[in-house]
Amino acid sequence: MSEKHKTIGVDLKRRKILTGVTGVVGAVGATFVAVPFVSSWQPSEKAKAAGAPVDIDISKMQPGQMMTVAWRGKPVWVVRRTPDMLAKLPASDAQLRDPDSQESLQPDYCQNPSRAVNEEYFVVVGICTHLGCAPLYRPAIGSPDVGADWQGGFFCPCHGSRFDLAGRIFQSLPAPTNLEVPPHYYKTATLIRVGEDPQKEGVA
Amino acid sequence: MAHNTSEEHSSEPKEGSLLGWIDRRYPLISTWNAHVAEYYAPKNFNFFYFFGSLALIVLVSQIVTGLWLTMSYKPSAAEAFNSVEYIMRDVQWGWLIRYLHSTGASAFFLVVYLHMTRALLYGSYKEPRELVWLIGMMMFVVLMAEAFMGYLLPWGQMSYWGAQVIISLFGAIPVIGPDLALWVRGDFIISDVTLNRFFALHVIALPLVLIILVFMHIVALHKVGSNNPDGIEIKKYKNEKGIPLDGIPFHPYYTVKDSMGAVFFMILFALVVFYFPEGGGYFIEAPNFEPANPLKTPDHIAPVWYFTPFYAILRAVPDKFLGVVAMGAAIAVLFAMPWLDRCKVRSIRYRGLSYKLLLTMLIVSFVILGWLGTQPSTPLLTKLAQIFTALYFAFFLVLPFTSVNEKTKPVPERVT
Repeated sequence: MSEKHKTIGVDLKRRKILTGVTGVVGAVGATFVAVPFVSSWQPSEKAKAAGAPVDIDISKMQPGQMMTVAWRGKPVWVVRRTPDMLAKLPASDAQLRDPDSQESLQPDYCQNPSRAVNEEYFVVVGICTHLGCAPLYRPAIGSPDVGADWQGGFFCPCHGSRFDLAGRIFQSLPAPTNLEVPPHYYKTATLIRVGEDPQKEGVA
Repeated sequence: MAHNTSEEHSSEPKEGSLLGWIDRRYPLISTWNAHVAEYYAPKNFNFFYFFGSLALIVLVSQIVTGLWLTMSYKPSAAEAFNSVEYIMRDVQWGWLIRYLHSTGASAFFLVVYLHMTRALLYGSYKEPRELVWLIGMMMFVVLMAEAFMGYLLPWGQMSYWGAQVIISLFGAIPVIGPDLALWVRGDFIISDVTLNRFFALHVIALPLVLIILVFMHIVALHKVGSNNPDGIEIKKYKNEKGIPLDGIPFHPYYTVKDSMGAVFFMILFALVVFYFPEGGGYFIEAPNFEPANPLKTPDHIAPVWYFTPFYAILRAVPDKFLGVVAMGAAIAVLFAMPWLDRCKVRSIRYRGLSYKLLLTMLIVSFVILGWLGTQPSTPLLTKLAQIFTALYFAFFLVLPFTSVNEKTKPVPERVT
């Protein structure tokens, strides 16, 4: 009986199509409405503007010393490497995951064995490529907690990733790539500007 | 008979009474009867059946204390840490409300883990209760998000670096990962923006979702009826009025029993809140008494205890993306329990040795992973974490095969 009641004078096929079309229009509308809500989570103009370059004065750095500056709120390290430290870098190539930095992030002008513009000063973003902790600078050779054959480098306390003094990751550790080298250039012999490539000088 | 008539009579509201006026406009009495006074639960509930009502009590406590905390807390990077110290030192009774909330988070997970263990012991996830289990699992995921976002709010060192690690997990997803992490943070690093939005999600969005899921969890449960330690259907044997012979009305029998459990729980909870509020660094970790410093990671970072089993699984895998996948899978695989376990017998009391051994292995692995997750990573501990991660997953891999032809014991017809 109810079946009969439903179908009298009703084009069910037409109704089904209309219902479907209405549903699609509603879904499209809902998608458009979602855009401002989803986009609202993107970095604001203020956050984007805060990414200005910073200058680092390296004139007072001692050999072996590391200093940290904030760039875009991230730690950027400068390490003044000694000739001894630099000489030891190639020795560990065989134990590294990406010794030539093929898969790692760095400007083209830093994709070299020392991963630097001037090999004495190593400029690197101090954030582990695994899950974003700040690794520790461990220049001392053979520390018990990082391994007896430790030649100096960076050790991430969070998940145990180890990097050499060019920020290159050792094999079989959680971090997938070498530490990121930010764009930078020497404004003067003792002043490094981080956050800009040399050829783009003057362009913010 | 006479007794029954008087009972029916008493459930009818009096003519001209306020209750009658309401009941003609709102299904008050029928709802109360369907879910409380005439909801028949098996009469053989044991200790493990306290944890559902306890979870509800902790939820209410978290909502009330959380609401009070928002009255003094400031969700900005510049003020958050100091406002929590202000609550602890200057706000009248602020220390108590804050400790009830921070300890409550740990209590919530303890209760929920025991509640889930109960389901695994007595097969409460099995047909026809699959949706009860799935909704419960969704609540577990939402609860983890809620706890994680709440932990950022004090803006201490562990808040900051814990959030940094967890949000970076999104960055491990191929292709969309880095943009997704940026979208979640709303900035290039964890910042004021991230803190403010986590606050909004923690106090509005996720609690709302949680409450809706609790409602659905109970609706689904009351549709199919509660399981019991014997894992048998009490609806199979009913009296002439259609009431299960082994069932007793939830009220007053289980309201009274659960009240007893609630009082006992609150005594233990109060002891922790008053004498052990930081849980020896497991409920509130030591580095969180230092303000967040984006340039320096604490020497040893570990999540709060209730996340450490999953964190240990993450660390055990020596590959960034696969580590994240393993951690996600460790949670996701639990959703599949109703289909992975193919044994017809529900309760562990009548199941074969294989399930008893497998479940023991799962629980032991989970607890050991939990401990490993609190420890710094050394080669030996990483090796152990890999072994127990393998055992954890072995449970879910082996179960579908052993459970098909499991040698079960005869199941009783009526509850024991």
